[in-house]
Amino acid sequence: MAIKVLHHGLSTTIQDLGRPGYFHLGIPVGGAMDRYAMRAANLLVGNDEGAAGLEAVFMGPKLEFLDDALIAVTGADMPVRIDNELQPGWTALRVRAGQTVSFDFLKSGARIYIAVSGGIDVPEALGSRSTYVIGALGGLNGRAIAAGDELPVGFGSMAGAGRSVAEELRRKPGAPAELRVLPGLYWDRLTEETKRNFFADQWKVAPEADRMGYRFRGGRKLEFVERKQPFGAGSDPSNIVDSCYPYGSIQVPGGTEPIILHRDAVSGGGYFMLGTVISADMDLIAQLQPHTPTQFIEVTMDQALAARADRQALAARLRAALA
Amino acid sequence: MPARFTFGGDEHLFVECSDEMSLEAFFKSLSMARGVRESAIRGVTEVCPANASFQIKFDPDRIKPDDLLREVRAIEGAAEKAEPVITTRIVEIPVFYNDPWTHETLMRFRERHQEPTGTDLDYAARVNGYGAVQDFISAHAGSPWFVSMVGFVAGLPFMYQMVERQRQIEVPKYLRPRTDTPRLTVGHGGCFGCIYSVRGAGGYQMFGITPMPIFDPTQSTSYLRDFMVFFRPGDIVKFRPIDRDGYDQAVEDVDKGRFAPPIREVSFDLRQYQADIDGYNAKLEGALYGH
Repeated sequence: MAIKVLHHGLSTTIQDLGRPGYFHLGIPVGGAMDRYAMRAANLLVGNDEGAAGLEAVFMGPKLEFLDDALIAVTGADMPVRIDNELQPGWTALRVRAGQTVSFDFLKSGARIYIAVSGGIDVPEALGSRSTYVIGALGGLNGRAIAAGDELPVGFGSMAGAGRSVAEELRRKPGAPAELRVLPGLYWDRLTEETKRNFFADQWKVAPEADRMGYRFRGGRKLEFVERKQPFGAGSDPSNIVDSCYPYGSIQVPGGTEPIILHRDAVSGGGYFMLGTVISADMDLIAQLQPHTPTQFIEVTMDQALAARADRQALAARLRAALA
Repeated sequence: MPARFTFGGDEHLFVECSDEMSLEAFFKSLSMARGVRESAIRGVTEVCPANASFQIKFDPDRIKPDDLLREVRAIEGAAEKAEPVITTRIVEIPVFYNDPWTHETLMRFRERHQEPTGTDLDYAARVNGYGAVQDFISAHAGSPWFVSMVGFVAGLPFMYQMVERQRQIEVPKYLRPRTDTPRLTVGHGGCFGCIYSVRGAGGYQMFGITPMPIFDPTQSTSYLRDFMVFFRPGDIVKFRPIDRDGYDQAVEDVDKGRFAPPIREVSFDLRQYQADIDGYNAKLEGALYGH
């Protein structure tokens, strides 16, 4: 079982639900940026939620199927075609040997997830098939897929073609996107006025937005409470003694452009962080295009946990619907 | 100084043992991190030690954040009473200082540097009060370094030199980070040395390059067959300057699978070290070279 890559799109990587356990060595958790969409795609084709599929950003790949398969495309709205015939998203689709899967231009969102029954069957590296490009780890030889590659596919069932995820179970960012943030980490380094401005200002996703981090522009520059910089931290007030970066944390080098660290982010470094996007909203970031207006919303730990419970309830409904 | 506890979202607890760098803060952080790991608190999925702080990843579905906080706070007292003694490894790392590859890179990114007319070594020597670059290199290679954190990218060691604070090398990072750094560059930023494990972006000043791979996802390097990452927090590193011939020879040895870095197991006692830094370092070196 295999899929031949005719065109790789912009950047298409093999991803699963990630590689936890090696963050203390600088190896990020990685995995699908939008895990909910990845889970949905896998469930649609009868895979385990953690099977490996493809993540494509902004532009879809062109794939030739060498064997019959069941596929599903979830996440961003990027119309899918099988041999040029338009097909619905978030739906289990039958592909026959010799057929080609291609994509139209992106309509909304940023990343699609393509699951194949049986999963992409590359070897695991440190317990995951996710591609970590910087470390040349996982995926297909540690890199994004390229034209001419043949992707091995595991054995899967063809049952369930035509099943689809109901509209209310598809989760997409609104406009402006709202990202909930729990202040903390080095939050107290900021002046009271700056703390208010950060949540009051409207930010926009900057062009530098990828698997490592999402940068934002447009809000006022952050002002720091004056202090003598501690030994080893570096002279800029946004510098700290290099520490771990929680996944989802927001660092602001020089106080100018906040960066939310995402799945492939560096594990640590010397920039202060003002807080962390709550776990419930990390998937949404994956679907933000450059220039998307974004509002940061301050929440408490209790609100973060309630949002987490809501997300889990949604995932439970998805599983029940596709059981 | 009591540790500062703060949550990083709903999945991380961040513990800062000190806001400034010191070996005492590093040891407290390492000791607390070990304490958390050993107490096997339910819901804790990962413990990541850093230079003067550490981070706990937890699953809030299995433990309430406040309950975790209470359990970790209780460990702080025990960690402070723990003997600051660790069993660790000392390893010799060859360095080709002032090599052509980092030199090419630093010239390419000169407009991002504080001192566009010189080199990173010239600049670092000057801001640290060394008259000649060679004296600066001698200081860099003259005393061992503690691996105080592993991270940033895969297997990259942050290192803290084992000398009194007034002798510690401090340099600012590049004004704007480079988009490229040769793999295995020996760098320095703030008070930390590092070895770039992979090629990529970086903001540290570049001093040289080592022929010794420290991260190998293919695990084909002779000493990385068991695990793809070489360094662990607490490792002690002694740099040995080599020239171009020594570098080329070592690269060939790595390729042929016969490169074997000198590594010895040693015990490190922070209080004995503090009582006589140079004498203690000489003893560590003796253990490394078997004299």
